[in-house]
Amino acid sequence: MSNLALAVRDSSTMLRRNLLHARRYPSMTLNLLLTPIMLLLLFVYIFGDAMSAGLGDGGADRSAYIAYIVPGLLLMTIGSTTIGTAVSVSNDMTEGIIARFRTMAIHRGSVLIGHVIGSVLQSVASVVLVGAVGVAIGFRSTDATALEWLAAFGLLVLFALALTWIAVGMGLISPNAEAASNNAMPLILLPLLSSAFVPVEGMPGWFQPIAEYQPFTPAIETLRGLLLGTEIGHNGWLAVAWCLGLAVLGYFWSAARFDQDPK
Amino acid sequence: MTGLAIAANGLRKSYGDKTVLDGVDLTVPEGTIFSLLGPNGAGKTTVVKILSTLITADAGDLRVGGHDLTTDPRAVRAAIGVTGQFSAVDGLITGEENMLLMADLHHLPKREGRRVAAELLERFDLVEAAKKPASTYSGGMKRRLDIAMTLVGDPRIIFLDEPTTGLDPRSRHNMWQIIRGLVADGVTVFLTTQYLEEADELAHRIAVLHDGTIAAEGTADELKRIVPGGHVRLRFTDPAGYRSAASALREATRDDESLTLQIPSDGSQRELRAVLDLLDSAGVEADELTVHTPDLDDVFFALTGGAAVPAQPKEAVR
Repeated sequence: MSNLALAVRDSSTMLRRNLLHARRYPSMTLNLLLTPIMLLLLFVYIFGDAMSAGLGDGGADRSAYIAYIVPGLLLMTIGSTTIGTAVSVSNDMTEGIIARFRTMAIHRGSVLIGHVIGSVLQSVASVVLVGAVGVAIGFRSTDATALEWLAAFGLLVLFALALTWIAVGMGLISPNAEAASNNAMPLILLPLLSSAFVPVEGMPGWFQPIAEYQPFTPAIETLRGLLLGTEIGHNGWLAVAWCLGLAVLGYFWSAARFDQDPK
Repeated sequence: MTGLAIAANGLRKSYGDKTVLDGVDLTVPEGTIFSLLGPNGAGKTTVVKILSTLITADAGDLRVGGHDLTTDPRAVRAAIGVTGQFSAVDGLITGEENMLLMADLHHLPKREGRRVAAELLERFDLVEAAKKPASTYSGGMKRRLDIAMTLVGDPRIIFLDEPTTGLDPRSRHNMWQIIRGLVADGVTVFLTTQYLEEADELAHRIAVLHDGTIAAEGTADELKRIVPGGHVRLRFTDPAGYRSAASALREATRDDESLTLQIPSDGSQRELRAVLDLLDSAGVEADELTVHTPDLDDVFFALTGGAAVPAQPKEAVR
């Protein structure tokens, strides 16, 4: 069997194993979904009036704020889902079955690739669910073309892929599930420091560059542009560069960690 | 039985400044059971981890299944099966799903995979539990599932790291049966254990690992011959009988107060019969006869010169 055929076959076997885990034990996935949904409802229905007043042109109302916040929350959902990835990778590595995989003549990376693909699928499913809640409370895309929808979907998948590889690396360096959950915390804290909830222009001047160039803001601005027709500018390229950079970094980091001798 | 299944020369491994293996040499002929014996922390598991490609050695010329461990670990992996000390089953999925996972990873066609999985579940008495998550299995069932999973790929060389530690006596005997069955099929088994009894039951050859080197190697009989302490003890209630037995068995050590005699013996049928014949011809009958065989403690203390701790001989009333 060629190396590629072996990689595809073994990775899809590992993917089936991870999907089986996710289906048998859905509570973790559902718990992680709660955070973005709670935040969405909290910011729209509790803080909504105050938040919309801060949107800049004054006269904005709650529905304008729903439109503003949903793209950021979709990306935050991905961050939240990948915390689950870090935890499940870390859990998995403590299991004897991983030692068994290492002594078998299978594709070396298939264990991690199975985790990554499973987690990206899970992210997409979670984004669809949170998106559905957004639509239910009044989010509507303004005149996005089919191509823009496709680009938005592509961006979400690419972003999920990037964060997932980073989360896999975090899971691999964590000795246990608690540590993995702590190490992956930035993945859900970063959106709070982005343009997800309030515009960057409303933040202190010294902080604005940080908020503007961290991975979440360009992705959020690009998604807003695609769904709501706002100005994307250089954010599109920035978002793609961040995604590719993080994915490649996470991949090599994870592969190197996995290749080290286990304890 | 021509080649060597495992050949290790000068195997070394240290963690930081702690040397775990300090030049271990091992050879295991194909189709035999080899047992690596040693106390906890002797490095048995490290040897298994290295030979099964899980971790890398610092030095040593190592060949498993005819393949070099450093240059061709993939070919080694294709030849071996490993059942570690801690169960290598996926507890979140069922026993059957574990088996099918292994079939998929060995690239068996679907139907063939199902057949092999069903056969092994049957052979290891796991049919009833097949649809339950493996995390709900008892220790013995987990170990059986573990070995069944190891056998899916039909490996020629199997590593078993303390396969009976923590099992109840019935499960232990089941496991011994399983291991004997494997070798009957021509498989080579590399077994680690803390129990001399187990090595004695199963292994063709035994090596004792101590301080990172092989302290002794040989058959069970050869090893036990190194060890003093094996004896037969006769206890009497009748002083007259005791005295005539004592004069009949001249090599016996006497204990006049408790009316017992100790005769050095390896506990074999031949030596026992010799003792019994002497008693018969003297016309005396002992009230109690016990056979004391050397156990791992005896062997270990004898081999390492650490006789400071007195060995407690295992007693078996016959």
